[in-house]
Amino acid sequence: MAASPPQKINVSLDVNGETRNVAIRPADTLLFILREYLGLTGAKPGCLNGDCGACSVMVDHTVYKSCIMLAVEAVGSKVTTIEGLKDSPIQHAFIENFAFQCGYCTPGFIMNCHALLKNHPQPTYEVIKEWLSSNICRCTCYEEIQEAVMSVIEKRE
Amino acid sequence: MHIIGKGITRKDSLEKVTGHAKYTADFEIKGMLHARTVISPFGHALIKQLDLTEAQRIPGVRAIVTGDHLPLTGEELRDRPPIAVDRVRFNGEVVAIVVADTPYLAMRGVEAIKVQYEQLPVVNSPSEALKPDAPLLHPNMGQYEKIQGVYPEPGTNIATRTKIRKGDRTKGWAESEVVVEEKFAFRTSDHAAMETRCSIAQIHPGGTIEITSSSQAPFMIKKLIGQYFGIQPGTIKVNTPLVGGAYGGKASVQLEILAYLATRAVGGRIVKMMNTREEDMLTSPGHIGLEAQVKLGCTKEGTLKVAELLYLWDGGAYSDKSIDLSRAGAVDCTGPYNIENIWCDSLCMYTNHPYAAPFRGFSHSEVHFAFERTMDVLAKKLNMDPLELRYKNAILPGHTTPTQFRLNASTVGNVPKCIEKLKELMNWQEGQVTNLGQHKVRAKGIACTWKTSTIDPNASSGVILTYNPDGSINLISGVVEIGTGTKTVLAQILAEQLKMDIKDIHVQMHVDTVNTPEHWKTVASRGVYMAGRAVLAAAEDVISQLKSLASFILRAPIEDVEVGYGKVFLRGEPSKSIPIKDIAYGYTFPNGNSIGGQIIGRGHYMMPGITYLDKETGAGKPGPEWEVAAQGVEIELDTREYRYRILRAVTVVDVGKVLNEKTLTGQVKGAMSMGLSFAARETFYFDSLGTILNPQLRTYRPIRFGEHPKYEVAFVETPHVEAPFGARGAGEHGLLGMPAALGNSLSAALSAEVNYLPLIPELLWKIKGGER
Repeated sequence: MAASPPQKINVSLDVNGETRNVAIRPADTLLFILREYLGLTGAKPGCLNGDCGACSVMVDHTVYKSCIMLAVEAVGSKVTTIEGLKDSPIQHAFIENFAFQCGYCTPGFIMNCHALLKNHPQPTYEVIKEWLSSNICRCTCYEEIQEAVMSVIEKRE
Repeated sequence: MHIIGKGITRKDSLEKVTGHAKYTADFEIKGMLHARTVISPFGHALIKQLDLTEAQRIPGVRAIVTGDHLPLTGEELRDRPPIAVDRVRFNGEVVAIVVADTPYLAMRGVEAIKVQYEQLPVVNSPSEALKPDAPLLHPNMGQYEKIQGVYPEPGTNIATRTKIRKGDRTKGWAESEVVVEEKFAFRTSDHAAMETRCSIAQIHPGGTIEITSSSQAPFMIKKLIGQYFGIQPGTIKVNTPLVGGAYGGKASVQLEILAYLATRAVGGRIVKMMNTREEDMLTSPGHIGLEAQVKLGCTKEGTLKVAELLYLWDGGAYSDKSIDLSRAGAVDCTGPYNIENIWCDSLCMYTNHPYAAPFRGFSHSEVHFAFERTMDVLAKKLNMDPLELRYKNAILPGHTTPTQFRLNASTVGNVPKCIEKLKELMNWQEGQVTNLGQHKVRAKGIACTWKTSTIDPNASSGVILTYNPDGSINLISGVVEIGTGTKTVLAQILAEQLKMDIKDIHVQMHVDTVNTPEHWKTVASRGVYMAGRAVLAAAEDVISQLKSLASFILRAPIEDVEVGYGKVFLRGEPSKSIPIKDIAYGYTFPNGNSIGGQIIGRGHYMMPGITYLDKETGAGKPGPEWEVAAQGVEIELDTREYRYRILRAVTVVDVGKVLNEKTLTGQVKGAMSMGLSFAARETFYFDSLGTILNPQLRTYRPIRFGEHPKYEVAFVETPHVEAPFGARGAGEHGLLGMPAALGNSLSAALSAEVNYLPLIPELLWKIKGGER
C-alpha cells in the first residue's frame, strides 16, 4: 500500500455568518472541519455514524448530522452551529427546565429543537417526537427537554 | 435556611447551552499526535503472528506500541496486560496502538497491521465459567498481585468469592412454611455515555507526566499509573474538564494507561486517544452481567425467615472493578428486609466478555432484579399483596443488615413510609392488573430498594475556598462535574453556611490534581455527603479566620462577632460591622500598616467507622448509611404481539433532605430512565465466538425521545445525621428498582415469571411458549 499524502482542496464555508476559507480533504466530514479546523467544538462526536445526533448543526433551514455530511457538501449553504445561536428562547428554556445534566448532547439537542421550532412554529407532539427521536440524551429522562420545547411554544401563543 | 432546598439553576448552565463547555476531546493543539488501536475481533484466541512491517512504512506513523514488557494492571487484582500478549481474552481487547500525525493516518496504520489468530474455546457465561471442565482464562491466577480482601481461587475461573453468613440457614429453613426458588440471568451491556472516553497524554522535559482525561477518578489515575509503572504519584498531573456522562463507566482507569504508553513511545510528545463508539463499547469496560439463584423461605403469614443466594457475576476477561462489584452485590444481597438467616455466595467470574466497570447503582439494580422478582413470586404463592409482603418485612432501625451491622434511625431510611407513599401514588388499591379487552392488559409492578456505598474506608474528600478582593469566594473541590450538578449543590451549602449570595460563589468546574484537593472518586452517590462535609469544614475555617481578624478591628471579643450577609458584625449591635471585602485580603490601617493576607479556607472529610468485611461471614460496616426507596411501573401490554408501552414510572425515595429540588428530581428521573432502558432494551448480543454483534448505537439502542413514560418522583426526608443538612445520596437510587418493577409488571400482566433481561417482546413471546 503506497501512502501518498492526502490531496487537499480549498473551499469557502459560510459558518455562523462568517466566511471561512479552509483547505480540506474531500473525504473530511463537516464535523471534523468544524471542530479541528474552525475551532468550533460545540458540535460533538458521539458515534460518527449518524445514530446519536450530538453533532447536529443547521444547514440552511434544517438540521443535519454533521458527522455523516461531507464538508464539501456544505459549500454554498449557511451553516449554523450552537456557537452561532445567541440568546435564543430554546437556550433559556433548556436552563430554566433543567433540560441537560452532563451537557454533551445539549448542543445537538438545542440545534435540533431550534430548527424544529423554525420549521414548525406550533408542532404537534407527533412532530416533536419525529424530530427529537433522532438524538440521544443519556442523563435526563427526556421530560425536561419536552418541557423546554413546550415552554417556548407556549410563550409564543 | 435561605437557599437549601431551592431549585436554583446550575452553575454550568450558560457554558453548556452555548457550546462553550469544554470536554476532553475539545482540546486540540498544533502538532498533537493521534493514536488508534488494533483490537481483537474474537472472544478468545492465541495471537500467532503480529506483523507490523507494512504499518511502520506509512509516512506519518510515528510509533507502534505492542504489549511486550509491560506490567500487569487491575485495581484489585493485577490480571490485565494493558495490551494483549500472546493471547486475547475478549472481543475488543487491544493488541497494538498506532501513533500517527492525524487520526486518519493512525487508522491507516491500524488497517495495515496483520494479526493471525488461532481461536480458543470461548467461555460465554458465568455458569459456563464455573463448570469443572471450563477453559481457564487465567492459569497463573495464583501469582497475581492483589490487595486486601480479594480471594482468588486458582485452578478455577473465580476471581474472588464474597461470603455472607448471617444467622443459621438450617434454622431458617426449619421455620419456613412457604418456600420459593427462582433463577435469573442477563448479559453484559454498556453505559453508552454520549461522550466516548478520551485521554490526552504527554511527558514534560522534567519528567512530569500530564494526562487529561474524561474520568470520574482523576486522583485514581495518578495513583494507579504511579503504582503500575513505579512512578512517584507527585510527578503525575491529571486534568479533568467537564465530563459528558459517566454513570460509573469512567471510574475505571483504562484508556489513560494506553495514552501514557503512546506518549512514552514518541518521546513524550502530546498524544490524543479518543474512543470511537465501537471501541467505547467493546474495549473500555462496560456494565456487568449476572446469573442468580434466589431461594426464600417464610411463614404462612409471610414473615421472611431465610434467604439463600448464589450470584455469579459476569466480570468479563479481567477482574478490575468487578471484584468490588461482586462484593457490593453481597453486602446488599437481599432487598431492604429484616431477614435473620442469610447465606450468600457472590462470585466474580471470568468469562470471554468485555470486562466490567462500575455501573450506576454498583450491583444493586442487578441484585434487586433477582431478589425483588422473587419477592413477587413469593407473594403470589402466599396469595398475598406484594406491597403488603414488603411492608410486613421492611427493615427498620434496630434490625441488622446482611453484613450484621445494626441499623439506627440515621443509618437507614424509612422503608414503610416510602411504601405508604408509593401505594397512594400508584393508586394501588384499584388492583394490579386491569384487562382492557381487545388483547390489551394494564399492569403495575413494584419493588423496594436499598443501597449503601462500599467505597474505600479511607476515601478522602477535600475542599479549598479562596477569597477574591470583592468578597466573593472561589470553591475548589475534587468532585468531577459529570452532570449531576453536585458542584452547584456544594455552592448552595456554602452560601447557606456563610449566609451569602450564591452569585458570589465561583465554582471551579474542572479538576487539576496539582491544585485541586482530592476527592477519592466521583462515584457511589457520595459527592454531596463527603465534599459537602468538606465544604462545611472549610466554611468553619473561613468563619474563624474572619472572626479573629474582625474581632480586634471591631474591638469586641471573638465570641461576640458573627459572619453573614457580606459582613462581619457584632451580634448585639449589628450596625457595627466591617465588610468582608475589606478584610478578605487582610486589613490595612489608615497609615498603610497591614496585617493578615488572602483568606484561604480548607476542609476535608473521611467517613468514620467503615470496616473491611470478615472473610468468612462478611460481617462489618461497609458503608455510612442505607438509603431506601419504593418504586413502581405501570405498563400496557398487547397480549398477542407482546409489545408493551411503559405508561408511567414512580419513585418514592428517602433522600434525607432535599438540597436542590430541581437537580435532585432530575437525577432521580434520569436514573429511572436509565434503569428502564437497561431493563427493557439494553444488552450485548454475543455469537458463539464471543464476538459482540451490536457495538454501536444503531443496534444497541437506548430509550429515545417519545419512548419515555410519565415520571413521578416523591421524597421522604429521614435525616442521615452525619451528612450536610441530613442529605442522603441522589445519583443512583432512581435506577435500582426499575428493572425489578418492570419485570414484576410484565410478570403480572402475563401470569408468567419473567426472569431475564432485556424485557423485549421476543423474550415475552418465548416465555409464553411462542417457540413451541
